[in-house]
Parts: sequence; C-alpha cells; structure tokens
Amino acid sequence: MLAFTVRRLGQMLPTMLGVVLLLFMLFNWVGGDPAYLLAGKMADADAIANIRRQLGVDQSYTVQLWIFVKQVATLDFGLSWATGEPVSELIATRLGPSLAVLAPLTVLETVIGVALALAVAFVRGSLTDRAVMLACTLGMSVSILVYIIVFQYGLAYRLGWFPVQGWGGWRYAVLPILIGLAVSLAPTLRLFRSFVLDEVGQDYVRTARAKGLSERRVMWVHVLRNAAIPILTHVMSNLPALFIGAFLLERFFGIPGIGREVILAVERSDFPVIKAITVYVAAATMVFNLLTDLLYQAVDPRVRLA
Amino acid sequence: MTAWQRLRADRVAMAALAVVAAFVLMVALSAIGLVAADWEDEVGVSYAPPGFVGATETAAAPAQRQQALPDNPFDPLADDVRELRAQLAQRGEADAGLGRRATLPFGADKWGHDVLKKTIKGGETSIVVGLVAALVAVSLGSLFGALSGYCGGVVDDVFNWFYSVFTAIPSVLMILAVAAVLQHKGVLTIVLILGLTGWTGPYRLIRAEYLKHRTREYVLAADAIGASHWRRMFVHIFPNVSHVALVQISILVVGFIKAEVILSFLGFGVPVGTVSWGSMLNEAQNELLLGRWWQLAAVAGAMAVLVTAFSLFTDALRDALDPRVQS
Repeated sequence: MLAFTVRRLGQMLPTMLGVVLLLFMLFNWVGGDPAYLLAGKMADADAIANIRRQLGVDQSYTVQLWIFVKQVATLDFGLSWATGEPVSELIATRLGPSLAVLAPLTVLETVIGVALALAVAFVRGSLTDRAVMLACTLGMSVSILVYIIVFQYGLAYRLGWFPVQGWGGWRYAVLPILIGLAVSLAPTLRLFRSFVLDEVGQDYVRTARAKGLSERRVMWVHVLRNAAIPILTHVMSNLPALFIGAFLLERFFGIPGIGREVILAVERSDFPVIKAITVYVAAATMVFNLLTDLLYQAVDPRVRLA
Repeated sequence: MTAWQRLRADRVAMAALAVVAAFVLMVALSAIGLVAADWEDEVGVSYAPPGFVGATETAAAPAQRQQALPDNPFDPLADDVRELRAQLAQRGEADAGLGRRATLPFGADKWGHDVLKKTIKGGETSIVVGLVAALVAVSLGSLFGALSGYCGGVVDDVFNWFYSVFTAIPSVLMILAVAAVLQHKGVLTIVLILGLTGWTGPYRLIRAEYLKHRTREYVLAADAIGASHWRRMFVHIFPNVSHVALVQISILVVGFIKAEVILSFLGFGVPVGTVSWGSMLNEAQNELLLGRWWQLAAVAGAMAVLVTAFSLFTDALRDALDPRVQS
C-alpha cells in the first residue's frame, strides 16, 4: 500500500507540470501583456514599464516560467492585483465559509441520495419509480439560476424565512444549502439508482434471497455494500469541483467563499488569484483521486492495490 | 431491429424528438430572419404585462408619471434645456399615446420589447452556441481518441497526459480561467471556450472503442487489402463507433446550453447587444423584485421544455444504440 501511494504520488508530478504549463500558456502567452490591464486607461509609457518590471513580464518566457514554477513549488503566489493582499492569505480566509456550506451539503446530499435510491430501487419498474424518474428529469431541466432566483425571492425576500444575503452565523447558510440540495438531488438520485440497479441483477442478490433474507436486509446490507464503490468514487471525485461549482450560490448570497473569489477575480482580471486557485484545486483533485483508490480497499477487501 | 426502428417504436423518444425539432426549426427561422427579426422594436410600454394578466394602472395612464422639473434659474443652459424639453414633449405626445401597446401576449421588458420574440431570439443564440460547441468538442475528442486508441504507444501516452491535465482542473474553473484571459467577448469566444474544454469526455469513450476495434478482423482485412492508416481509422472503424459520438453530442448540447446561460448571466458570455437566455435571466432577476415575473417565466419555461425533451431523447437514443439491450 505504501509502495502504491508513493508510485501514485510520483505519477502526479507530470500531470502537475502539465497544469502549470497550461496555466502559463493561458495567462502569459494567450492572455497578452497584463501591464495594460493594470495600468488603466490613462497610462503613460513609464507606468507601464514600471508595472512590467514589477510583474517580471519584461523577462523572457523561460524566466517567467521559472518564476511561476517557483511560485507553485513554494505555494507563494505573491500579491493579488486587485486588493494587494497575499494570495495565500486570501484563499485561507475564503476556505471557511465555503466549507460551512459544502460540508453539510455533501453529507446531506449523499445520505438522502442513497436512501432515496434504495427506496426507489425497491419498487423498480413501478409507477412510483417512473414518476420519480420523470420528476428528476424535469427538475434537472430547470437552470440552477432559476432555482436560486426564485427561492431567494420567494423564501427569503417575500416570506422572510431566511436572510436574503450576507454571512455570519449558521442562519445564513441554511437557504444556500437547501437550494444546493434541491438542485443536486435529482441528478444524484438518478445516478445512484443506476448504480443500485446494476447490482440488483447480480447472482449474489438471488443467493441472498434464496437464503430467505428479508428484502430490506438484501438491499441495505448486500446491495448497498457493493453499490458503495461507484457511489464513493462519485462523491470523492466531485468534492474538489464542488468548491468551484458552488460559485453561483456564493455569489447570489454574498458568501465570502472560494467560488465567489474566482468570479470576482475573473471580473477584475486578477490573474494571480485565478492561477493559485486553479493550482490548488488541481492538486486537490489528484489527491482526492488517490484517496478514493485507497478507500476502495477499505470498502471492498477484494480490491488489491498494485 | 435497427437502432432507428427501435427509436421509432419508442413513443416518448419520438415526442421528445418532435419538440427538439420544433425548437431547431424555430432557431433556423429566426436565424434567416423570418421569425422574431423585429424583436428590438419597442412595441409595448415599459414592462407591459402579459395579455392574460391585464394592463396595469400605471401603464393605462402613462402621462401622469412625467412630471416637469422646475426650471433652475442659475443654470446657464436653462434656455436650451427648455427648448429640448419642449421638443421632447412634442415627440413624447406623438408616440406615448399611439403605437405602444399596454399589454403583449407574454408581456414586455424594460424597453418594451416583446418578451416572446426576445425569448425566441435569445434561444437562437443559446441553442446555436450549444450545438456548435458540442460539435467542436466531440470532433476534437473523436480525433484525439481515434489517434490515441489506434496508434497506441507514445501517441497514446501524450494524449493521456493531456487528458489527465485537463481533467485535473474542474471544467467550470477551466471555463472561467479561459474567460478571464480572453477579454474579447463574442459568440465565437464562448463556442471556443466550451468546445476546447469539453473534449475530455468523448475522448475517453472513443479511445476505449478504438482500442477494442483496432485488432478486430475487419480492420486486419482492411490492412490486408492495403488501406492506409488514415482510411482504416476514419472510413472503416469510425462508422462502427460513431454511435458513441452521437450520444456524446446530445449529452454535451444540453450541458453547453446550460453553461452558456450561466456564462452569459455572469457577463462573461455574449456581448452587449446580443440577447441570449442567460442575459435575459440577468435582467429577469431584477425585474422579479419589481414583481415583473414574465420574462423569467418565459425563459425558464422555454429552457425547461427544450432541456427535458433533449434529455429524454438522449436517454432513448442511448438505449436504442446500446447493443447490450438488443437481446
């Protein structure tokens, strides 16, 4: 297992190098000269030359790339162009609010999704099953923007059940979590149902039934343990993307999280922040993929990591 | 039974296909200027409600809202202002009473545009972006997947590295990063952003198919009669794996329409002056606070119908093309 982990960590290096190269090409080559963006509309040649020197964009591409690689290696991405804060500090302070929304959301979504998927799989093929699946398809067809606009207007603004916007205390997190659940439950349920139905036709299910086990025990113990592997993969591999994926919720409700920071950075052309967040999220994605593989063994003793 | 016959037998699929075809027809008519070409005409009063709701009182008496400001005796331009105001009043009387309608079939926006026509025009942008971007993404994915799966070896390694780099970055973040760099806004830009970031899914599936097919007997036979690599890849193998590409296109179209709506909503999408469902939702958000719900309802309804039909059709298409269910 240790050998496996070390080897996988080694495989991450070329991928990380690729991410760094891709970002470098995007921001330093395709993006053009950032000095003109920063200097504003009434810039003179001196000011532009000065900014170029500070950013290091007057150097050759090789030197610039080396600067970026050093930034990634030391996790020091310099100062934000928009606010002048150190980027690493900025990200550290945005992590808390994001987690306060995402952790409960992920747990609730997974638990409710699994419970509903098993319940629907009990009655597979029936009218209830088809009605639930149709409701899921309909629910998925409405844009997340519409959910947020209507819920924020209806539940917070008109009825006053929740604060409309802002951050401070758990009360502010409730409505974003509810909307997140409403949006994500339909696709999750559809996916988990397909995972469960893949298992229901297997031989071991027939054997368990032949032994005289109750349908409930077959579902909750035998089927669930086997369906847990794809479910686990799905949840784990979605976690890093969720940080960014919740950006609409964070923006609408004014939650000072990572996702809102990305939107702000794109609006202000704050390249260091975007680059730093992308590097962190890419690293998190790779680490979570490794963790998923390690968890497989805990869930399923048949899995041999080699 | 062929796949088409299986699809024909599925009534839900055919109904969904009819809805999708109706939308595509509308887009085509709107693109050549037969429908909704005059959406920018200010035919109604500002925020004219839908016909079935009835005109509001402010709309019925628009003249009352215009109160003349008192003249400022210290204003050096006072005489000019008075003259301009007199001109404006003349013209205002000319078009305030006649021409502008108090209600429209599905209401009007802030400028008095017909929401129904605006939704059609916005749909044209969103659907065209979704379709073209999906074509770009699947073409790229198929090309890369074919090269990777067919050639193997170093080529495969390089493309796999490429794939792992692109999948390490969540697609939302990738799209936003590209949007940050490309300052130039435009329909083509969104198509490129979505197309260039969306190829990974099709790539993985097409590559797996090519790995399976390249050692099949018909490919070896094609080799024996002297078919070139290129010909074997795209004339012999591709028709046999094209169903994967087809399903991928229809999955991506839905995803890209949703993505375009979000991008345009945030202001990273279509330029000012182009209408899309996303930019309409952006306006609708503020209108809802004033109680003007019709633009939101029109866009949300049109999008929900299209996406539901497309998703149902995609599911049926996958079932029809999946060889496992043939038995």
